[in-house]
Amino acid sequence: MKNGALITTSGLVKQYPVGRGHFTALRDIDLIIERGEFTGLVGPSGSGKTTLLNIIGALDFPTSGSAVVLGTDTTKLTHKTAARLRTEHIGFIFQTYNLLPVYTVFENVELPLLLLGMDQGRRKQAVMDSLEWVGLTDKAKSRPAQLSGGESQRVAVARAMVKRPGLVLADEPTANLDVENSHNILKMMVKLNKELETTFLFATHDQKVIDYVRRKITLIDGKVAEDIQTTPKSQ
Amino acid sequence: MTRFLLKGLLRDKNRSLFPIVIVTLGVMVSVLMYTFMLGVIDDMIRSNAKLDTGHVKVMSRAFSEIAQQLPNDLALSGVRGIISGLENNHPEMEWVPRIRFAGLLDIPDENGETRAQGPVIGVAADLLGKDSKEIERLNIETAVIRGRLPENPGEIVISDEFASNLGVEIGEQATLISATSTGSMALQNFRLVGTVKFGVGVLDRNMMIADISDAQYTLDMEDGASEILGFFPNLVYDEIEADRVADSFNEGVENPEDDFSPLMFTLRQQQGLGEYLDMTYLRIWIILGSFFFVMSMVLWNAGLMSGIRRFGEIGVRLAIGESKAHVYSSLLIESILVGIAGSMIGTAIGLGFSYYLQEVGWDISGMMEGTNMVMADVMRARITPESYYIGFFPGLFATFLGSAISGIAVFRRRTAQLFKELEA
Repeated sequence: MKNGALITTSGLVKQYPVGRGHFTALRDIDLIIERGEFTGLVGPSGSGKTTLLNIIGALDFPTSGSAVVLGTDTTKLTHKTAARLRTEHIGFIFQTYNLLPVYTVFENVELPLLLLGMDQGRRKQAVMDSLEWVGLTDKAKSRPAQLSGGESQRVAVARAMVKRPGLVLADEPTANLDVENSHNILKMMVKLNKELETTFLFATHDQKVIDYVRRKITLIDGKVAEDIQTTPKSQ
Repeated sequence: MTRFLLKGLLRDKNRSLFPIVIVTLGVMVSVLMYTFMLGVIDDMIRSNAKLDTGHVKVMSRAFSEIAQQLPNDLALSGVRGIISGLENNHPEMEWVPRIRFAGLLDIPDENGETRAQGPVIGVAADLLGKDSKEIERLNIETAVIRGRLPENPGEIVISDEFASNLGVEIGEQATLISATSTGSMALQNFRLVGTVKFGVGVLDRNMMIADISDAQYTLDMEDGASEILGFFPNLVYDEIEADRVADSFNEGVENPEDDFSPLMFTLRQQQGLGEYLDMTYLRIWIILGSFFFVMSMVLWNAGLMSGIRRFGEIGVRLAIGESKAHVYSSLLIESILVGIAGSMIGTAIGLGFSYYLQEVGWDISGMMEGTNMVMADVMRARITPESYYIGFFPGLFATFLGSAISGIAVFRRRTAQLFKELEA
């Protein structure tokens, strides 16, 4: 608790209607994730990793229980206020980069700042800083089609980091990358985590990612089966 | 953000060029069709008014009921008095008597025996009057193919095709065989001084034009006429004014018991022209409406395709915090920009073609051979002030509607599925 709780979930339950009954994706999840953590949600497919990421990221709402993220109880948010929370405080990294093909690298990274209404001067500085963190300042004017997979994911990281969010949620960020690029990306994230104190929460079953996290929360059938501090092997 | 969206719009040809081309084509066709059909209607009204119906027409009650049979025994009498009254009450309009008649035109040989003969439809108007505008109104001067216009009593012109069929030459004698207004046989010799071609199939077949005094003399119609035509200034038909003039005239003179009492009819009330015009206008709006519908469907479909193509982009925008309403409104703004651009380009091109058709026209004389329609051989478009914005209805609204419908999918998208959807 040295840095204070960034995410607190208590009694979190998520159920989906299936036919006349329902499927329980998350069961009584009680978690506290502190500011600056580098945590992995691991577990087999269907264990509830992405569902938990969705709720923490204010993309979905729990059936019962609560999830307080950055001091905001996400169960009480409307779609609009949830969107605002994401815009201001949460960065997302997807498995398949999802860069916008008609925009340059600079413009892709700039998008979250445009939604925040930041002025042009500060925006430009923030985008260049972000590209510098990921080592892509020379690619600012390139289009996504001109980038390799690793470079594309670095741009996605820069886009997630550009607004200096308190929390970055990453779903299988290395699934489409080769080993070398995976390590490069993860090392870069570790560096950003340390330098900017950004909290990273991964949903993954990739051992390469697991090797980097400092805390591993294992979900099985929607329940926390194990929650342990780990010593990263690859840092 | 607007600049950001504009950049995307300009760079992504599937979002800009393709829809703009569709809108441009649709608007261009809509504008061209609108101006062309207006031109055709305008030509039709003008031709009919000048040659036959006037903007208003006075006939006797009995004559009006069987006017197609040209029953000059039921024609108006006391025409000078009627015209004088009309000129007093409606001085802004021009009132002219006409006689229409039918008969045979006989061409004698040197012995006075029939050399050629054919049925003729005659129109008699004031051709010799000093201040008469009938020659100009009937456009006879420019229609002359051979010879000249009648300048003296007893002279006629006939349609050039008719003259060729009869084998008659300029300067030869032609005998009209018809019936007088009292039912007797009418025989009168005329001298052919010219041939005409109006470019209207039905008129160019067997028409004869004579001065009205000659017709009155031949048909025993002293101070009589088949009809009195009234024309608005500049030959522009004003339907409301025509109704007003006709109503006020008919209120003053209508006598249901008297078959010979004069009755005034507006252009729309004659020969089913009103229904024809209504049908034509309805067709214009049906065609434009159909275009609007088809374009909406095409653009809706284009919007859906674009939505599928931009699935990832929209998902990312929603995930990083753009509200659904903002995404939706940005799609609508894009559609408005595309609609405005396409409508402007389409209107400009459509007006360009319309201007060409207005000035040069489309010669359909080949198609008009053998028809009885009173239609000009050269069809022209007519550019009106409405032509400048009519294309914006299908162009802008269809684009907007297409995007508005297809964009609803944004609201149906569940943010909870974004991580999964964006894995693909």
